[in-house]
Amino acid sequence: MSKENNYTLSNDEEIVAGIQKGETCAMESLYKTHFPMIMRLVVNNGGDIDDAKDIFQEAIIILYDKITAGPFELSSKLKTYLYSVGRNLWFKKLTKKGIYSNIDDFEDKLLVDDDVELHKERDKQFTLMEEALKQLGEPCQTIIKDFYIRNLSMQEICEKFGYTNTDSAKNQKYKCLQRLKKLFFG
Amino acid sequence: MPATVKETVFWLIIKKNMPTGWWVRLKRANFILMKSERDFIDWADAYLKGLLSDQESKAFEDYLINDNEAYEKYLAHQNFIEGITLYGKRVDLQNELNRIHAGLNMEEVIELAIPKEPLVIRLWNKYKINSLVAACVALIAVFSTLWLTGFYSQDDASQYIALRRDMNNIRQNVRAQNALIKDINKNHNGAIMPSHYGATGFALSSDGYVMTTYHVIKDADSVYLQNNAGSSYKVKVVYTDPAYDIAVLKIIDDDFKSFGNLPYTFKQSAADIGEDVYTIGFPREEAVYGRGYLSSNTGYSGDTVAYQVSIPVNPGNSGGPVLDNRGNIIGVINSKQTETDGAAFAIKSNYVLKAIAAIPEESLDKKIVVNKKNMLGNLSRTEQIKRVQDYIYMIKVY
Repeated sequence: MSKENNYTLSNDEEIVAGIQKGETCAMESLYKTHFPMIMRLVVNNGGDIDDAKDIFQEAIIILYDKITAGPFELSSKLKTYLYSVGRNLWFKKLTKKGIYSNIDDFEDKLLVDDDVELHKERDKQFTLMEEALKQLGEPCQTIIKDFYIRNLSMQEICEKFGYTNTDSAKNQKYKCLQRLKKLFFG
Repeated sequence: MPATVKETVFWLIIKKNMPTGWWVRLKRANFILMKSERDFIDWADAYLKGLLSDQESKAFEDYLINDNEAYEKYLAHQNFIEGITLYGKRVDLQNELNRIHAGLNMEEVIELAIPKEPLVIRLWNKYKINSLVAACVALIAVFSTLWLTGFYSQDDASQYIALRRDMNNIRQNVRAQNALIKDINKNHNGAIMPSHYGATGFALSSDGYVMTTYHVIKDADSVYLQNNAGSSYKVKVVYTDPAYDIAVLKIIDDDFKSFGNLPYTFKQSAADIGEDVYTIGFPREEAVYGRGYLSSNTGYSGDTVAYQVSIPVNPGNSGGPVLDNRGNIIGVINSKQTETDGAAFAIKSNYVLKAIAAIPEESLDKKIVVNKKNMLGNLSRTEQIKRVQDYIYMIKVY
């Protein structure tokens, strides 16, 4: 514990500001600082290193969504928040496996059920979207991703896929989008 | 700017200059004109991506405000597109995290994460409860087995009980002897708990003086003699010498007349190592003969007052005479070393004689006359014992 403790709240604030600005190094620092803690939590409670990685990344994503979702105020140490989320996630995973054991706590913990629930809900949507995109097939998948995710212009897409004019590219995109909606909404 | 957008703007301009009812009808017509929703989607996409100029954006917003159906369509589309973009961002984030993870030095992380406790401590922490339970089970098993097999029951033969009583006696005597060994040359006043135990003594002179060791009669309330024949006499202590562990008793019973002539004498000179010696004592209710040899000229931790003799002795042998082949008393058994085999100690006879000579005249009725005529010299060992054992007494101390 003592070795993980060498950061302060001001450091937390810097990290939050960095993530809001989309700085990679902030995320990196967050990752490196707190991963050992979650590792210890998971490994000491019946998990392995890969479990620790999954749990920690999920916790980071929850924190990231919380930070980027809107006005964010640091109400606790990031460490405490991550620990609480990680603990919550690992506990649920253990329960799912049918292991009903207590987790040995070595940190304070917060109530983070709401955040975790919200995340689960959102994750479900993402899984649906992923599935829909997968079923969409090529070239539709790439066109949609290029246009809506990578923010390419219709002109660029037209050139990339070799359409004769932007209008046929637009037609193609429109068809793809309609199919995706159909797949997504079932 | 796409042609369809131009069209729409055119329609909006018309709308501005027309009454509302007109507009609705015209808008429907517009959709038919546009043939598909594609243009609407394109328009909305352009708006969402911020590709429209301020004026165009305003026009799109106005269009939505005035048409509920289009507005809902727009909201659904916006929602869905947001879903796609968020999904894209999530994928990016996931990739980013994986990249960071791949850059980690796992060994370092593991070292940070799992504090290096010695294996034993980790195992102990893990199996603490189990081992305690196991220990409890083991204890219960052991004691219940002992109980079930009758280890604790005392209803067996009378031998068993007798043995225990003996054990108690022996333990007390051992304690007394050990205390003596510890400060054999000190006149210590620590009271040994008054209880009754037995030892050995032998006649010093024909007129009723008896020799034993000091530690036997120390703190005694009353002392009795009992010989092999069964006759019992009350005695009083006339002299003690704690330094040499010597005590002289005198029979005060009226029944007692005289021992008669004693068969043995005291050896004046020092005895030699290797000499064949024997003793008779009362480690139990019967006289017990013990045979051995003189093994050292000094006693416990170099004590020059005593010999070391290799005779098997037990508590109760204390005060017994040590005789040589010719029936001379060379010493008096007083102690043994518990942790060493065959190391018993006997007070040298010349110290005994010195002690007798040192007895103050006034504490004696008559001066002790030590026998000088040995009657055992030519007898065999068994004959010697027959003659000697009448003069050796069990001492009972209360």
